[in-house]
Amino acid sequence: MFEIVEREEMAQGTIISNWVRAPKIAQKAKPGQFVILRANEKGERIPLTMADTDPERGLINIIYAVVGKSTALFKTLQVGDSYLDVIGPLGQPTHLENVGKVVCVGGGTGIAVLHPITRGLKQLGNHVIAIIGARTKDLLILEDKMRAASHELHICTDDGSYGHKGFVTEMLKKVLDENKDIGLAVCIGPVPMMKASCQITKEYGVKTLVSLNPIMLDGTGMCGCCRVQVGGKMQFACVDGPEFDGHAVDFDELTLRLRSYLPEEKLAYDRFKASLGQGCSCKS
Amino acid sequence: MSEEVKAPKKEKIPRQKMPEQDPQVRRHNFNEVPLGYTPELAMKEAERCIQCKDPRCVQGCPVEIDIPGFIKFIKEGDFEAAIRRLWEKNSLPAVCGRVCPQEIQCEGLCILGKKDEPVAIGNLERFAADYQRLHGRDILPPKAEPTGKKVAVVGSGPAGLTVAGDLILKGHEVTIFEALHAPGGVLIYGIPEFRLPKEIVAHECRYLERLGVKIEVNAVIGRSETVDELLERFDAVFLGVGAGLPLFLNIPGEHYIGVYSANEYLTRSNLMRAYDFPNYDTPLVRGKKVATFGGGNVAMDAARTALRMGAEHSYIIYRRSHAEMPARAAEIHHAEEEGVEFLFLTNPVRFLGNEDGYLTGVECIRMELGEPDASGRRRPVPIPGSEFILEIDTAVIAIGSGANPLLTKSTPGLALNKWGYIIADPKTGKTMKPRVWAGGDIVTGAATVILAMGAGRLASNSIHDFLTYGW
Repeated sequence: MFEIVEREEMAQGTIISNWVRAPKIAQKAKPGQFVILRANEKGERIPLTMADTDPERGLINIIYAVVGKSTALFKTLQVGDSYLDVIGPLGQPTHLENVGKVVCVGGGTGIAVLHPITRGLKQLGNHVIAIIGARTKDLLILEDKMRAASHELHICTDDGSYGHKGFVTEMLKKVLDENKDIGLAVCIGPVPMMKASCQITKEYGVKTLVSLNPIMLDGTGMCGCCRVQVGGKMQFACVDGPEFDGHAVDFDELTLRLRSYLPEEKLAYDRFKASLGQGCSCKS
Repeated sequence: MSEEVKAPKKEKIPRQKMPEQDPQVRRHNFNEVPLGYTPELAMKEAERCIQCKDPRCVQGCPVEIDIPGFIKFIKEGDFEAAIRRLWEKNSLPAVCGRVCPQEIQCEGLCILGKKDEPVAIGNLERFAADYQRLHGRDILPPKAEPTGKKVAVVGSGPAGLTVAGDLILKGHEVTIFEALHAPGGVLIYGIPEFRLPKEIVAHECRYLERLGVKIEVNAVIGRSETVDELLERFDAVFLGVGAGLPLFLNIPGEHYIGVYSANEYLTRSNLMRAYDFPNYDTPLVRGKKVATFGGGNVAMDAARTALRMGAEHSYIIYRRSHAEMPARAAEIHHAEEEGVEFLFLTNPVRFLGNEDGYLTGVECIRMELGEPDASGRRRPVPIPGSEFILEIDTAVIAIGSGANPLLTKSTPGLALNKWGYIIADPKTGKTMKPRVWAGGDIVTGAATVILAMGAGRLASNSIHDFLTYGW
């Protein structure tokens, strides 16, 4: 059993942070790697990239958005409760190196995945420009941590309630215009954001890393559920990734495959909300 | 009255059939298909064994069970003695009795089979194990004195469980490391409930735990810990991680929603119990028209699972003919009985999908058999112009597995062959890396449960020799 020792609700309760006791994983994990979690015997195996680790205390940090039944079930777990299974570390660690100047772009819970990579790039001596975004100010997470992990931080909100009004991609273009010496971009967030960011960085000829979140099952390369097309080749995100060269990823195919179980996910989520006595969230 | 009074001739007993669920009923449920012998049926069947002095059946058994020995006990009604005799050579009799290809092993060599049907050895093995599980006293086989030696077993499939069961009885400490959240390997994620109930696998694993085997789940060796790290804590390491790399057809459209590898389809259904969605959280596309590609046991399992998930048509598409299918005859027969539709000499060319990304069909081409290939089977060649489209909403690709590199890549010193399988001595399971043995599908490529168990047996003998004598 994997006990939750700290828990925080972020972004008005739509995003949850857990510090979970998993000493063996905390000892081994590197930035960019993920774990698979299962809440209980009937639960799904949910992959989440670790947001941080604390090897001394034997803890790992996961940050997830509540988007369906499984994450809603995770949200019900309080401090002192446990996940039934936590498996990891899985996937390839981020290849961190000093390239001079880098730009790190994060959206939504992608910021949680981006943070340890950003910090690692700064520690290696890179000049780090970070851009983070959310729909609105209240949904933005990890601003302070990202500020500490970078040299310059730009904030974007869709509604202009905080920082630059507009998408992170607009800010990315501006940063690339002003910094011709950027050697690497790391973009992590919703698929449309990563796709748009990669289109821009490609124009500027800047190598770009993305971290993909396809549907997964075993996480060991056994089932092929998480297959993605990268440079025309089939890759498994769980063992070959989750990070890939963003200019080679077929984002349209990823988008399509992420929709594999939309009807089932809605059914399960509605049933779960009904069981919590919250009723259906659809308009009455 | 002219009835002849002859000396009472011993009536010949026919092979006792195992009662089965009716095909039309079972194609809609996940309960086990064969229902098992009653004690009466088992004893009657056991009576058929003529107790050969030099039994050929034993020669056909990869783990060398004393077959006439355990059958004799069943005949006498001493079922506890029967299970004890089985346990001497086999830690997983309830599994083997169900999934071994007896027709080409023990039963294939049974002398009765020359003129009549062979003794139903598999059914009797299954009976002895089931009787023990359901009605037996709480007994365990005797264990040797502790040796103080420690063995790590990586993978809890049939090879790993056999090694663990053998070495724990010989007094060594054994820890199994399993990557998934439940032990059993392919027995739990691959073979469906209706062929091998998960409770039976769990029971066999609990039996090993009662013998003292430690089982660590959620341990992905190669990631959470390396083999070299295990070698610091253990005297010997056995690698039985299975093949575990899904092969795809490499044709256009494999990304469409509804296209699965057999590994994914079966893992969702079996390990994650997607057939019980939404009671269980993991979903699986419930196709109405499902095509499974391949002709092995895994393909039969997938096609029969599809029926139980509500498919109106469950096709098996195979590029050769009926005679070349590698699946067990019994599995093919069960699939046919349940209404699986076979399209032989047919090969997929591309998948078709709609704008939303859902699979809508598969274009196939007809094949004919040409000259024999390297495997000795006649090579299928496409017939030009014979393309046609089959409407389907789910596709399961069951054309075999490759070698999963996750563990082998992270283990320096292991020698691999050109396909990525571990090179190991076929007689001992020894790899090129000191103190490391390997067996099962990660050595041979995808094969059967019992062959993996046989490899486990050879490796456990060699490991025991090494731990005892140093070689």
